[in-house]
Amino acid sequence: MTSTFSGIAASTGIAIAKAFRLENPQLTVKQQQVNNPSDEIVRFDAAVAQASAELEVIKEKTAQQISDKEAEIFGAHLLVLSDPELIGPIKERITSDSINAEFALQETSDMFITMFEAMDNEYMKERAADIKDVRKRLLSHLLGVKIQDPSMINEEVIVIAEDLTPSDTVQLNAQFVKGFITDIGGRTSHSAILARTLEIPAVVGAKNAMATVRNGQTVIIDGLHGTIIIDPDQATIREYEQEKTAYDAQKAEWAKLKDEPTLSADGQHVELAANIGTPKDLAGVLEHGAEGIGLYRTEFLYMGRDTFPTEDEQFDAYSKVLKGMQGKPTVVRTLDIGGDKELTYLDLPKELNPFLGLRAIRLCLEMPELFRTQLRALLRASVYGNLKIMFPMIATVEEFRQGKAMLEEEKAKLLDAGIPVSDSIEVGIMVEIPSTAVMADVFAKEVDFFSIGTNDLIQYTMAADRMNERVSYLYQPFNPAILRLVKMVIDAAHQEGKWAGMCGEMAGDEIAIPILLGLGLDEFSMSASSVLKARAQISRLSKQEMASHTSQILALSTSQEVEAYVKGIS
Amino acid sequence: MVEKQYTITDEAGIHARPASALVGSISKFESDITLSFNGKQVNLKSILGVMSLGIASGSTVTIAANGTDEQQAMAKIDEVLKAEGISNQ
Repeated sequence: MTSTFSGIAASTGIAIAKAFRLENPQLTVKQQQVNNPSDEIVRFDAAVAQASAELEVIKEKTAQQISDKEAEIFGAHLLVLSDPELIGPIKERITSDSINAEFALQETSDMFITMFEAMDNEYMKERAADIKDVRKRLLSHLLGVKIQDPSMINEEVIVIAEDLTPSDTVQLNAQFVKGFITDIGGRTSHSAILARTLEIPAVVGAKNAMATVRNGQTVIIDGLHGTIIIDPDQATIREYEQEKTAYDAQKAEWAKLKDEPTLSADGQHVELAANIGTPKDLAGVLEHGAEGIGLYRTEFLYMGRDTFPTEDEQFDAYSKVLKGMQGKPTVVRTLDIGGDKELTYLDLPKELNPFLGLRAIRLCLEMPELFRTQLRALLRASVYGNLKIMFPMIATVEEFRQGKAMLEEEKAKLLDAGIPVSDSIEVGIMVEIPSTAVMADVFAKEVDFFSIGTNDLIQYTMAADRMNERVSYLYQPFNPAILRLVKMVIDAAHQEGKWAGMCGEMAGDEIAIPILLGLGLDEFSMSASSVLKARAQISRLSKQEMASHTSQILALSTSQEVEAYVKGIS
Repeated sequence: MVEKQYTITDEAGIHARPASALVGSISKFESDITLSFNGKQVNLKSILGVMSLGIASGSTVTIAANGTDEQQAMAKIDEVLKAEGISNQ
């Protein structure tokens, strides 16, 4: 009989194949007295040596078949095997209590496992799995129990397991293993990450898979939604086969677009960029083929700590991002703190209306030393790539002039001190306050670019707090009022030969893209995972045709009318 | 004995990969090497010890070496911390 259940979607894709249960061997440990502890230590050392030899082989194989990065995890396992704080106490217990090696290993490693599992950090919790993996390997040698070897699978299957250790996962042969389901684990567990690298679907945290699925049963795994179907009927299989074909075709289309420029159907180029928060997000930017970074939110450098980041710390982060982008445009937004984003170590008085208060550039101009430190770090990093500096929350031309003057002063000081600074840094502003959108023609004479921040522009234009659910109906990206402001900004930029981008949620929205393309937006910055989808969409749209609809769209009365109109033309 | 303070600049703190590089590079030294953070002291040759501290970015740690090759050990630690991007001092 068909049964369906769900878990955590850990890696996308759809697979249909027979189930293969990867059983966990019974490694039962009993406490036993030993007559000769020194013999027991010899036996323990032998098990450590065998486990190390095995790990060296797995590490080598992983480096060759997957990547050096994945192989490093086994380097860490090898270090655990030689850890004096683990091995030392085990041997001490064998000697002092005359107990068997298995029991000493179990008890001592339990202490570390409990310690890591109790940490309030997902990453550290996962490290408990590494210790368990090493312990399992050692125990199998001590007890002489053979662990089921996943590398022997030689037909197409979906692997079902209670949990997959990192060493199980790397031994799965992607040629035969079409996907896997585990009862425990989360999206950040090692096996989930590896499934995404190998691009096979995976559902983790399924809880009852091992209790339900028998060997050889047909299983459908939908890694997009986290759905598992056991013993599906013919109609369901056909339905999922179609979905799989569509998914694979879409993936192939996106993969082809990864290293391509973004071109509309009539051959017009626009730039698709990604938004990032830390240098760690770089991998995703490159993986999804973004043509640049349209918004680097620097406030994460300042958050989750007790003191301001030093100039050197900031320089490290900025230069890492610029180097990683290899000359592609990188827009860095200066500190945007205040409002809903607070720093514990910056004791600012409580405000009645924080979103309308002392935040972002206003705060930076009020605390020039804070701002100048960031500007110096940015200027010093500028020689490593294509840096563009953007000031947030600009409401008046004077604010921009003040910020720019500080930047020029810091630049002159650095050059005087013989520190190199790029001479082609563009300086622009984020347009998120209606006054600035209205005055865009005046700003355009002084700034090098605009980037429209839609989340705040909508909140300030509609006078609706975006955190207040009772007025959430006023969050209307397609309200003609917003679209008219966007048009004013883009037209003003082009009038002065400057460029206009957008870095809010709206830039990656399916309905917004045709409108923005027609309005002439030059740069769309979105979350990295939306880039390929947007590129595929733009490749099917004619910019000229979209532009021909612009005046009709802007003359509509409501957000709903705009949405309906766009659905009709694209 | 030699002792030095470091501020952790890697934005992920001391996590598995750099910790492995650090621990792996000093196992050959004869000196006793310790790392102190937040009132706790661990053996720097122990990967589990170092990881168990959960050291976050921006923290200050003290590393001390004591033994015949303490100078060489500290020089190596300096080099690895910098090369792995764990600390820039």
